[in-house]
Parts: sequence; C-alpha cells; structure tokens
Amino acid sequence: MPDASAEITVADVQHLAGLARIALEPGEIEHLAGELNQIVDSVRKVQEVATPDVPATSHPLPLVNVLRADEVGAVLTQQQVLSGAPDAFDGRFRVPAILGEEQ
Amino acid sequence: MAGASAKDVLMDYDEALERFEPVLGFEVHVELSTATKMFSAAPNPAAHGADSSVPNSMVAPVDMGLPGALPLVNAQAVRYSISLGLALGCSIAPSSRFARKNYFYPDLGKNYQISQYDEPIAFEGSVEVELEDGVTWTVPIERAHMEEDAGKLTHVGGSTGRIQGADHSLVDYNRAGVPLVEIVTKPIYGTEHRAPEIGKAYVATIRDIVRSLGISEARMDRGNLRCDANVSIRPRGQARLGTRTETKNVNSLRSVERAVRYEIQRQAAILAAGGSIVQETRHWHEDTGTTSAGRPKSDADDYRYFPEPDLLPVQPSPELIEELRAALPESPVAFRKRLQADYGFTDSEFRDIVNAGVLAELEATVAKGAAPAQARKWWLGEILRIANARGVDAGTLVSPIHVSELIALVENGDLTDRLARQVLEGVVAGEGSPEQVVAARSLKVVSDDSALIAAIDTALASQPDVLQKIKDGKVQAAGAVIGAVMKAMRGQADAARVRELVLERAQA
Amino acid sequence: MSDLIHWTAAELAGHLAAGDVSSVEATRAHLDRIAEVEPDVHAFLHVAGEAAMARAAEIDRLRAAGEAPSPLAGVPVAIKDVLCTADMPSTAASKILEGWIPPYDATPVARLRAAGLIPLGKTNMDEFAMGSSTEYSAYGPTRNPWDLTRIPGGSGGGSAAAVAAFEAPVALGSDTGGSIRQPASVTGSVGVKPTYGGVSRYGAIALASSLDQVGPVSRTVLDAGLIHDVIGGYDPNDATSLKDEWPSMAEAARRGAAQGSLDGVRVGVVKQLNGEGFQEGVRARFAESLERMAAAGAEIVEVEAPHFEYAISAYYLILPAEASSNLAKYDSVRFGLRVDPGRSTTEQVMSVSRERGFGPEVKRRIILGTYALSAGYYDAYYGSAQQVRTLVQRDFTAAFEQADVLVSPSTPTTAFRFGEKVDDPLAMYLNDVTTIPANLAGVPGMSLPIGLAPEDGLPVGLQIMAPAREDARLYRVGATLEALQDAEWGAPLLSRAPELGRPVPVPGFGTEPDGGTR
Repeated sequence: MPDASAEITVADVQHLAGLARIALEPGEIEHLAGELNQIVDSVRKVQEVATPDVPATSHPLPLVNVLRADEVGAVLTQQQVLSGAPDAFDGRFRVPAILGEEQ
Repeated sequence: MAGASAKDVLMDYDEALERFEPVLGFEVHVELSTATKMFSAAPNPAAHGADSSVPNSMVAPVDMGLPGALPLVNAQAVRYSISLGLALGCSIAPSSRFARKNYFYPDLGKNYQISQYDEPIAFEGSVEVELEDGVTWTVPIERAHMEEDAGKLTHVGGSTGRIQGADHSLVDYNRAGVPLVEIVTKPIYGTEHRAPEIGKAYVATIRDIVRSLGISEARMDRGNLRCDANVSIRPRGQARLGTRTETKNVNSLRSVERAVRYEIQRQAAILAAGGSIVQETRHWHEDTGTTSAGRPKSDADDYRYFPEPDLLPVQPSPELIEELRAALPESPVAFRKRLQADYGFTDSEFRDIVNAGVLAELEATVAKGAAPAQARKWWLGEILRIANARGVDAGTLVSPIHVSELIALVENGDLTDRLARQVLEGVVAGEGSPEQVVAARSLKVVSDDSALIAAIDTALASQPDVLQKIKDGKVQAAGAVIGAVMKAMRGQADAARVRELVLERAQA
Repeated sequence: MSDLIHWTAAELAGHLAAGDVSSVEATRAHLDRIAEVEPDVHAFLHVAGEAAMARAAEIDRLRAAGEAPSPLAGVPVAIKDVLCTADMPSTAASKILEGWIPPYDATPVARLRAAGLIPLGKTNMDEFAMGSSTEYSAYGPTRNPWDLTRIPGGSGGGSAAAVAAFEAPVALGSDTGGSIRQPASVTGSVGVKPTYGGVSRYGAIALASSLDQVGPVSRTVLDAGLIHDVIGGYDPNDATSLKDEWPSMAEAARRGAAQGSLDGVRVGVVKQLNGEGFQEGVRARFAESLERMAAAGAEIVEVEAPHFEYAISAYYLILPAEASSNLAKYDSVRFGLRVDPGRSTTEQVMSVSRERGFGPEVKRRIILGTYALSAGYYDAYYGSAQQVRTLVQRDFTAAFEQADVLVSPSTPTTAFRFGEKVDDPLAMYLNDVTTIPANLAGVPGMSLPIGLAPEDGLPVGLQIMAPAREDARLYRVGATLEALQDAEWGAPLLSRAPELGRPVPVPGFGTEPDGGTR
C-alpha cells in the first residue's frame, strides 16, 4: 500500500510520465516533482472532511438509465475516419512497430 | 519471438496430477450481436450477417476517440447482458456503472476502455456443465460485466504476422466498440485430472447459453467468443494457491482443453525442477499446441479505473429483470434432455454429438428440415472427419443451412452419397451453397431416363455377348453394362435405376 | 456604421428585422473591427472571413424571402476553440491539434448555425481550457481590452475579450471551473455557466467531463439569455443532457429589466466567498452591489457554506484525474501532431508527440491526475475529492433553503498582469476559488460587471448562483441589477473601456480577415 503522505520523488514522476505516455525531459521531471509536492500538499486538504459516512458524488446531477435504442445511425465514411491521420495505408491507420502486447 | 515455447519441458500428465493440484479460472469475452455498437450507433460487425471487410467503414466518432465525441449506452446490449447474467444464475445489480480502464494501445481509440469495474451488471452465479460421460460439474461465476471491444491490428513486415519483428502495424477501428460481456469465473477447485475436459465443457456451455439466448453469433473462430484460461497448480497439501498464468488466444473448444493440459504439464515440470512460475500472460499457439510467454504482470498494469463521467449508472427495474428472466430459454442441460427425446437418439448416440461439439449445428440443421438421423450422420461423419483432419471445430467448416440443403438433395435423389461428399468438399472450400457447387461442378445425378437409355443401348450394342447372357437370365452379367454406363455418366447416375433400365432394355 | 459593432445582439437583431442593416454589413463591420484590433487583443485563433460573409449573404437572402431561421439570424458570433466546427480548425489552443478540422459541429455550434447566426471565427483560450489567463495558449495570449498589459482571464479569455473589444456581439465559452465567469469578470462582460446538463457537451473538446459546461458570453444579460435559449435544451447525443423543458432565459432577462425591482428576492451572501484574500476594490464594489440590490427590495442574508474552502482542493484532483484520461486520445495515431524521432516504436512516437504537443500546464495536470488515480492513491485523493463534492452539494442545498440566489465577487481580484502567476501554479489555481463550487455541484452561475475597482480602474464582476435547473433566476436578477446600474451610470460599463485600434491594421500578426489561421 503506497503512503499517500510520502514525498513525490523524481522516480515517481518518471513512473507517472510512463503511465501517461509523455517523454518528459529530465529537467522537466525534476521541476514537476517539486511542483507536484506543493500542489499535492495543498489538495490533500480534502482528506480532512472525507469521512467514511460521506458518500462519493461522481455526477453533479443524479441521472440514471440514459440509454440509446439499438438503431443504426450516422457513421463516418472511411475518408472522414482517415482525414486527420498522420499516416495511413490501405484504408487503415499506420503506426510504427509496437513494442508492447495487447492487454 | 518471445518465450521459448518449443523448448518448454513438460511433465507427464498423470505424474503432474499425482504431485500437483490444478486450479482453473476462465475469462470469456462474448461479442453481442446487437445491431449497433456498445456506445455508438455505428453498425456492429458482430451482428448477424454484418460485413466488416472494408476497414474503418463502421466507425462513429466515439469509436475512434475523436475529440468532442460522447458515448451512449446501447439499451439492447444492456438487456442482452442482463439475460446472460440471469442465464448464468447471477444476481443482477440494482445499480451498476461504467468505469474507464486507462492504458495506451493503438487499437484503443480513446486510450481507455469503457468497462465495468467495482459495480458490474451481474455477479455471483454458477453454471452446470455436462462432461463427456454425462457427469455434471458446477462452475462458480464471479461476475459478468459489460465493456467494449478494441480495434484490430495487422502487423506488417514480420515473418509471421505477429507483433514481434513487425516493421509497422495497421489499425482498423471497425471492431472498436463492439459490445462485449466478460464472464469471469471464481477459482475452480477439485477438477483434478478432468481439468482440461471441464475447461472445454465450461466454454462449450457458455457458447451454448449465448446461442440459445440468441445474443451472439458465438463463433470462436471469428472471435465472437474468446477465452482466456487461468491455470495454476499447487503441490498436494499446500493451502496457498500457486502463481497463475493467463493463456490468451484460445480460440477453439479443442484449444481450451489442450491449453489447460499444456499449462499443467509445463508448470509441473518447472516446479518439480525447483523453479517458480512467473505471473504472466501466455499465448496459445494452435499450430504447435504450445503456449509462449507474453507480457509479465507488472506496475504497468495500473489501469487507474475511475467512474466513467460521460455515462450514468444503469439501474434495471425489477420488472425488466423479471421480464427477461421469464423469457430465458431452458438451460443447456434441460434443452439437451428434451432434444434427445425429440430426436429419438440413444444416450451414447447423443453423447457422441455433444462431445463432438456439434449439437447446436445439428439442431439448426434439423430446424431447417433435415431428418435428425441424417443430420447426425453428416455432422458426425464426413464433416467431423474433415474438421479433425484440419484441427478445427466442425461448426466452422459449413453452416447448418448448407448441410440441410445437402441432405435434401440426397433425399430427392439429386445426389448420391458419393456425389454429396464431393459437394460438401466444395462448400467447405468456399465455393458457395450446395446448389451452387452442384451447378458449378455439374455434379447432379442424371435422372433423365432417355439419357440413361441412350447410354445403355450404346453399351449393350458394344457388348453383344453380355446382352445375350442377360437375355439368358444371367442377370449378374448386367454388372459390366452398369459399370460402363456409370462411367459414361461420369458417376452422376443412380446405379439402382441404371440396373433397372439395363434389365428392361435387354429384354426389349 | 461604427455604431453597428456597439449594438448588442438584441439591438442588432432588431435592426436586421427592421431591414435598416443587413447581415452582410454587420458581419463586414465586425470583420473590419477584428482586423483593426486583433494586433492588440489577439482574441481569435482563426477568423472565418469569406465563409462568414458568404453565410451572411445567404441569411440576408433568406430574410428577404421571409425565411429568416430565427430572430437572431444574421447576428455574428465568436466561438471558443474548444468547440468542434466542421469548417474551421478546432485546436483547443494546443499544438497537438494544430490544423485539425473535425467531421462535425458541436451541438451548440450546430444550433447557432441552424438559428442563422454567423460564426466569425474561433477564439483563443488556455490550452485545453487549463488556465485562468490565456497565457497557456500554445498560440500566444489574448490581451485584456481594458489594459493590454493584463490578462483577459481564462480559459475563455478570447471569447470574453472579443465581446469586450466589440469584435463580436456574443460568443460561446465553456466553463469547467470558471472559464466563462472569470474572464467575463475581468473584461467587464457577461458570462453564464448553465446548469450541468443544460447545454449539450457533444462536440466540446473535453477537459473534465463531469464539470464542463458550454455557455454564452456577451455584453448584456439579455444577449446571454438569447444565446442560452438557442444553444440550450436536451440533446440525445450527450448522456448527461437534461430532458427538462426550459423557460426562455431571454424572457426572464426582459422581465427582470422591466421590473426594476427585487422585491421578495432573497439574496444569500456566501460568507466563505468574500473577505480575506479579496482585493479591496473588489470588496467595495461587491458591497455597493449588495446595497443596490437591497435598495431595490432584495432581502440580503448571509449564508454559510463551510465546505467551499475544500472545493478548490477537490477540484484540482477531480479535474486533473478526468483530464488525464480525456487527453489520452491525443496520441498521434488517428489525428493531430505526430513527432517521429526516427527508428522508433509506437510507444516512443506517442510519448515524444505528447511531450512536444502539450504545453507545461497540460503536462502538469495530466501527471497530477495520473497520480491521483494511480494504484493505492485513488481513495486518498480522487475518492476523497468525490466525497467533498457531496459536501459542497449539501452546502448549496442548505444555502438555497435560505436564499433564492447566492452571490459573491466573481473573482478575488481584478485582471492581473501577464507573467504575474504563470510560474506559480497554486497562485493561478486560487483565481478559481469563487467559481469552482458551482461546477462541483452542477449549479448555474453568472458573472456580470458591477463597476471598476477604484485602485486600478479595472472591471469587477458579481457572481450570481441559483439552484440546479433554475438558470432563469440568474437572468431575472442579473437583468434587474444591470438595468439599475445602467440607469445610474447612464451607460453600460464597457463604454468606459479605453479606445482600441489603430488606423491601419498591421498585417501578418494575429489574424487575417480573409480567413487565415495563425
């Protein structure tokens, strides 16, 4: 179990940048670690009042069961789909070799 | 290529079972055959008869993660999911919700998958599965939850079409957003030596259930139904569970059985040699019958789930749940008992059908008008023979409607058994329906007597000695003429009819 | 025709209906004004130019045929670059989306078009709406028309500056934590964040899905109401859209202005949103406003909202968390910037593209949000923040039992100078302290100008908040107060803004009126 009160280290930021897929420069990482600690120290305040008896709210207005009928609607043309593609081939998007595997 | 699959050391299966206890678990993904996708109104490539051959032609903005696009939940997918949950004996959550599973991968348009996490639509159920000898086994179900499928990647430039060694990859988002239900079992204990068989029977039962519900095409070969098999073993007497592996890409019933067996043997050999099992994803290779190491489980599996803010909770009313419960078809076990009685098969005849995994196909064939005995003959005979030779499930070779058509052609006398086998070959080869193959290959039985008579007269004229023998009452001599006529007709004649006509003409 | 750009949307609509001005003339006048002041203000990232003129001519033809699609047909409008437009780049002021043209219009944009309004172009903003000053725009900041050395607020500084500088009579904004109200406050304009779900989010490039709301930006309360009526209402493409039948906001504004009295209106002053840390001139104008409302018959009550002080912390956990996920789609595969360092894997190309394509604030918030959601921290941060959200909602519920509307200064200070807070994220975040609670609870809020701070001569805004679904109350009370002020001052506040513009537009900087994009 990680310690939520522990200092955010450079290694932590490096790990987070990996999860977020951003190739941060070393200087940026160091700078960010400092800023994050400052911000997190401040926002940690939420824990003061988040007692177990308080339910969580994820939507500002409590709607439920917003469903769509199973009817085919508008679909993009292949040309529209590919219109912004940095690279495409044969009707598909092209990406360089993939390192990791499917999840 | 990752993993040294070819070099895996395997322990003898019986020895492995003597020393270790296997514990199984399955994650089965079912593609629902709704008209549209889970979160968009784009047509669903997993719907019956859908054609997704043109890449990126069935894509709505949300399926490819375009900025500003928003998901909308497909009501029919929710109904299907509830029905499936009920058929699995699960409780339906009074409130369930969607969550985002965050990870980057090019087949995932938004780089998160909308799934369900801590509040799945269905939970806590069990499934009765029937084994080959008629014994039933109860598989406990942990949960069934709704989610969306990812797009399809094609790896280009590698030697095998696999990801390793590929130069680049191509992405098609047609499949992105196809509605899925993921069914997760609890650990399955006590299977002992029957573990592989129970695994296969479980997946077959899930397939039968979704088919009977009519909520999925359930074709494993097409990815409508996908199985991840979790296998761990522990030394006899050890309470703690062993480290498990998750084998993916197990895309046929046969493979489920083989993959479970393989993992038990492989893990047993490693443990026996003092090694330890790595918690990892493994890939099943149908061609070699082996698994290979994939991605190790690691910190990278931090999916940062959180409630999907673009969607609201799903709270099915008790009335809806009861309506869907009342509409459930009978369980596969009950269904089989009824079918066996209807068809008039003996226990062993019927078990052969079930064990060959062709019951659904057979039923569909009968539903199209074929006699049960004929349907059984074809599915367990020629079709199964081809399937076994090719190492695939029989249902993937030919559709029930084509089989019933074929049977009808034989019944009508349009085809002999021998010709029908040739027609089947053509159908399996993708040449079209039996009628089309008959036409294309000109295989129809010649039932036009005048054509036969002409051929017979020619044959009799060229063999006057034989003609004389027949006239003298030595009817067995007719065989030579019949042979000549059949040859002239290139086999496309009914030999019995030819015989009748030969005798008739000889006396004329 | 110089009057023309000073007309409100309502006035312009009246002249268009009367036939004494055409939409072509009105659109041309605004495009000319844009060409004139953009070198100073830089409110636009893209100007529609000829496309706007062509649409204006079409509307004129329709009007001549008696087929004007709505009373606002022919009125120009500016659109925040966070909203998708099928005929203009939609970049959210980010390099990663430079030049991206979506295959669809956002619903609010589509509704404006259907009503015959003329999109003039796309307005500047902080990148992906993260910021309070437009200093985080990848395309350079917008300057405050009141003082070009100061920020116009953010994230929607472009839309607010555009209406304040008379480049457009009305504009669209989006408000996640104050991005409509805070810029309105510091530019002397009007901005409304509707009830969450009141205006469709479809086609709005998402920042934080559970907080984002699209709304109007204008110079008068009535104009905001007119736009609100066009863009609002149920949209089946947004699951969080409300199916309510909404009263006309413009009607509520007209009624409020006509009534001239606040008899029987209980105005709640949120104790926690005034006092320490608020600029003296802001407090003075706020107090004066309360007196003005009391004099008009309002009952002023003080209300407690004890958990509002936790709102900003909750917000800076929820927003980054949702944003970190919403912004994952910018990965160089399907659209947007790709930076390929060569001989790289997809993973490397994604990482480098995101490094180069995102600005520092966006990266900061993505990393913060990733942290708040990561394994083992969820409960402590994101989970706790969602609980605070409940407490803030409860505070609102209790406060609205004592008051019909709640008020506070819209911002703690008037417009600050460029560079003052850009390197101090926490100081920047505190700008939103007054506006954030409404987003967390989904309630509607309005900012309208209430005078200038004596110490710096810059606009001060009043925030009015109403219960969810009671947006009409904002317009009713806001329009009354506005009418009382205008009567007292003899002219709207914006008439006191300094003259902008140069005799000859400087080409090549900012925007070109013929449709160029920087």
